[in-house]
Amino acid sequence: MLDWTPIILTLQLALITTVILFVISVPLAYWLANTKSRIKPIIEAVVSLPLVLPPTVLGFYLLIAFSPESAIGYFLNDVFGLKLAFSFSGLVIGSIIYSLPFMVQPLQAGFAGLPPSLSEAAYVLGKSKYQTITKVLIPNVKKSILTGIVLTFAHTVGEFGVVLMIGGNIPNQTKVVSIAIYDEVESLNYSNAHVYSGILLAVTFTILLLVYINNNRSNKF
Amino acid sequence: MIEINIHKRLLSNTGDFNLNISCTIKEGQFVSIVGPSGAGKTTILRLIAGLTLQDSGSISVNSCTWFNSTDKINLNPQNRKVGFVFQDYTLFPNMTVKENLEFALKKDQSQNIINELIETIELTDLQDRKPETLSGGQKQRVALARSLVQKPSILLLDEPLSALDGEMRSKLQDYILKVHKKYKLTTFLVSHDISEVFKLSDHTIKLENGSILQQGTPEELFLDKKTTGNYKTTGTILSIKSSDVIKIISVLSNNNITQVIAAKEDALNLSAGDKVMMTSKAFNPIIQKIEETKLNKTLNKREARQ
Repeated sequence: MLDWTPIILTLQLALITTVILFVISVPLAYWLANTKSRIKPIIEAVVSLPLVLPPTVLGFYLLIAFSPESAIGYFLNDVFGLKLAFSFSGLVIGSIIYSLPFMVQPLQAGFAGLPPSLSEAAYVLGKSKYQTITKVLIPNVKKSILTGIVLTFAHTVGEFGVVLMIGGNIPNQTKVVSIAIYDEVESLNYSNAHVYSGILLAVTFTILLLVYINNNRSNKF
Repeated sequence: MIEINIHKRLLSNTGDFNLNISCTIKEGQFVSIVGPSGAGKTTILRLIAGLTLQDSGSISVNSCTWFNSTDKINLNPQNRKVGFVFQDYTLFPNMTVKENLEFALKKDQSQNIINELIETIELTDLQDRKPETLSGGQKQRVALARSLVQKPSILLLDEPLSALDGEMRSKLQDYILKVHKKYKLTTFLVSHDISEVFKLSDHTIKLENGSILQQGTPEELFLDKKTTGNYKTTGTILSIKSSDVIKIISVLSNNNITQVIAAKEDALNLSAGDKVMMTSKAFNPIIQKIEETKLNKTLNKREARQ
């Protein structure tokens, strides 16, 4: 009998990660697209780091940071009662860092592609920065938002290295589909591995297909 | 009364220069700003709107200070009562024409002004369309209407008509003049078109390299040689043909091709592509009406009634 919890866990993880990342990334991407600050290249490099760093490296550092013996881990445990290593919350934080460039980069490109006079027109009409971002800028970068959301979701569904390093393989807690597949193959249980892999393939393919159909159909706002 | 004292260092591709502008504009005036590209015309509008920060100086409108570098006063664009029409329209692409206008409403402002503007600028048929489906002239009309929703005291127009063809231009000029009078605006217009300046404005500022070269009524600025009785126009030579002892030179001027006769010696230093000035003693020019402007029609009607 197939255990469905890894699939549900994966979808939960991807959904929570995507929602949190969207909230964080909109202001960050807006700032990156408009700032002339000298620290911009540093922030951009940090955001893009997960693109080139092996997931195991990121996972390793996070594991060290989350461990109760480290200063950060001790602080989190002591003040908030958070135990991040080998827990679902730890996975969420790891995924947020790991998928950050997949949300920030499309949004940043979208904001940078809008003419500056669009914001200026709204300012002259007496609108605040917040109103301008929510009512004018965000609705005009819908495509970038969709791209960011889909890439983040799909990337989180597909992550393996980071999860394995910081989450381990605890059923109902941190055992996501990619780990479950690895687990089944290791115990030569190929039929279950086939089912998990097939579901993952079908889900991710369908998501991407829908996005591209939508992109081709509406090249307008 | 609008008092403007602007000092700003501008970077341009031909070298840096200082924008030094000092002028007083009466309420209700229609001011046009003319001058070569890169002279700082658009920057003046941006400084008045607060979109660009000036280095020092002051701007005060009806004794309310918008900017003063010594007192460190700088109202942000949101708090200056201006309407701004950008060169590239900048309608919000995600909203319909009507939604663009509604977005401009102040908190608790009544919807009436929108209906009034839609009527005045004749947007009724367009109000549910998205900006991408509109022509350049239609977009600019919407941009004009949107800039007036908050009932600004100053209207800033940054070459609003430069992308439009002749007929559309003239129509939009009529709309601009109409709202300028109806809403008792003080209007600043950046323009390259002398006929536009004549038609619309009653005060003209001529800029060069960031300073005011001349200012006054358009007549004072552009008609200073009116007593010579000469008709002058400039154009480009298209071709030079020999015919017996003379040359026939075809000149393109204001979209018209004119043929001019010249002696062979006079044509020696001319060749196709040269920019030339044609002068004629205009002791008996013939003037014929081609079209009556709308404004004149209404004025004439009014006179007839009286």
